[in-house]
Amino acid sequence: MTWKNTADAVIVGGGIQGCSIAYHLAKFGMKNVVVLEKNTVCSGSTGRCGAGIRAQWGTEMNCRFGLASLEKFEQLHEELGMDCGLHQGGYLMVAYKESEFEQLKKNIALQNKLGIKSRVVTYDEAREICPGLSADDAVGFTYHNRDGHADPFLTTFAYQEAAKRLGVIFHKFTECMDVKVENGEVKGVSTNRGDIYAPVVVNAAGGYSQEVAKMAGVDIPNFSERHEIIITEPVEKGVCPPMLMSFSGNYYIQQRPHGSIIGGCSPEGHPEDYTCGNSWQFLEKMSKTITKLLPRTKGIRVVRQWSGLYNMTPDRQPILCEADNVKGFYLSVGYSGHGFMFGPISGELLAQKILGQEPRISIEPLHYKRFERGELIIEPAVV
Amino acid sequence: MSNKQDDIIICRCEEVTLGEIREWIAKGYDTFDELKRVLRVGMGPCQGRGCRDIILREIAKMTGKPYAEIPPGRFRPPAKPVKLGAIAKAGEAE
Ligand SMILES: Cc1cc2nc3c(=O)[nH]c(=O)nc-3n(C[C@H](O)[C@H](O)[C@H](O)COP(=O)(O)OP(=O)(O)OC[C@H]3O[C@@H](n4cnc5c(N)ncnc54)[C@H](O)[C@@H]3O)c2cc1C
Repeated sequence: MTWKNTADAVIVGGGIQGCSIAYHLAKFGMKNVVVLEKNTVCSGSTGRCGAGIRAQWGTEMNCRFGLASLEKFEQLHEELGMDCGLHQGGYLMVAYKESEFEQLKKNIALQNKLGIKSRVVTYDEAREICPGLSADDAVGFTYHNRDGHADPFLTTFAYQEAAKRLGVIFHKFTECMDVKVENGEVKGVSTNRGDIYAPVVVNAAGGYSQEVAKMAGVDIPNFSERHEIIITEPVEKGVCPPMLMSFSGNYYIQQRPHGSIIGGCSPEGHPEDYTCGNSWQFLEKMSKTITKLLPRTKGIRVVRQWSGLYNMTPDRQPILCEADNVKGFYLSVGYSGHGFMFGPISGELLAQKILGQEPRISIEPLHYKRFERGELIIEPAVV
Repeated sequence: MSNKQDDIIICRCEEVTLGEIREWIAKGYDTFDELKRVLRVGMGPCQGRGCRDIILREIAKMTGKPYAEIPPGRFRPPAKPVKLGAIAKAGEAE
């Protein structure tokens, strides 16, 4: 790929966020958009994620983001010209405590008000949705049939390919080493391959967002936490049609359209470093959880185990804004465990903001200034 | 001739043909891990034991880079598939 040292916008990071932002900027008419990826596209958190997508959330903002993203996923194949592996088997939320179930019911009321057709279901209904489910110890369930899964690789590559057709340039094995700022305005970036001058630089560096922010002199409270996950060999359809998710049970388990079953949970403590190692403890804990919930999985083999980074903020909600002290420096970071599903909508909204338009869903509450002001967005529904 | 070759299945676990692999290398997906993500080669139970070498050679041929310079891609545990039930039970015995 030939190197040009000027651009209208430079995006740092080729995950779902960077690719979606690049695509939307080009779609809305921006000409010279460049994406820098220090490794290869989709090698970061996006390529390591569970790829669940849902609208069953507990805050108005997340419900709006979740629903808007689902709507985009439902027509993504058509829009981007590539199958993104969308599978809408629903999310079946499982509560093991009365207080948890009360919260899920409150979430359902909010979701219904916002047009999300989620509902409380009985154990019998839950077992119709997920045959073979064994959850006698659960106190309640909720379900939304439009939730589900999309292939994280194909979705990201579909954005990349569509963006390329619109003229976006992707540089892989290209690392942003510094962000140039003069008089409170961004001027461009330095990379291991040379400089690029641009009036807009977007930090979409996932687990490394705090480092890229620091290059621009922008202080954000993000940190990265390692989360582990396993996948089984592909088996016949119907072993776990919906995403099974529980906050107190600490798990998410889902069968992909391809037949393999993925499962993950939150780590104990906060493993905060950039290594993506694997532990025997996790493998054992997850195997117990899966075989208890779905006894028929005992004979199914695990084929791979890996881990990836959750980029965390104090309220586990993203930062989506322009920096207040560096004009032209934008951030789309801190997505914790739900940055894949929000990719389609957050990319559109940030592109609108960059182009001086009014984002169709307000992103004002997602400025990092909220942490100073104490206006945290506490979401009750996260694993 | 080349058309016939394109039908050859290179990754038997995921049934990926040489033609598909060539198509994506031509689009710039010229490392093993990129091909793995877009086509699932090497993601099946054999973890790429059968196809990795052939694919690395194809990348070398199409990009003109020496074989030794093509990153071999990441290997992930477990080395051999293990039953969920066996792992869950192994934990209990401790
Ligand atoms: C185990 C696990 C399960 C998950 N499950 C889900 C789920 O079910 N649903 C969901 O929605 N989300 C899930 N997530 C979260 C989701 O993966 C992330 O929120 C999302 O992928 C973030 O996308 P991103 O584009 O911001 O980051 P990334 O995909 O990490 O992309 C950032 C990219 O920036 C590159 N980069 C970093 N620094 C530089 C630099 N200086 N120069 C150039 N490039 C740089 C990195 O190499 C990386 O490729 C999960 C995450 C994990 C780890």
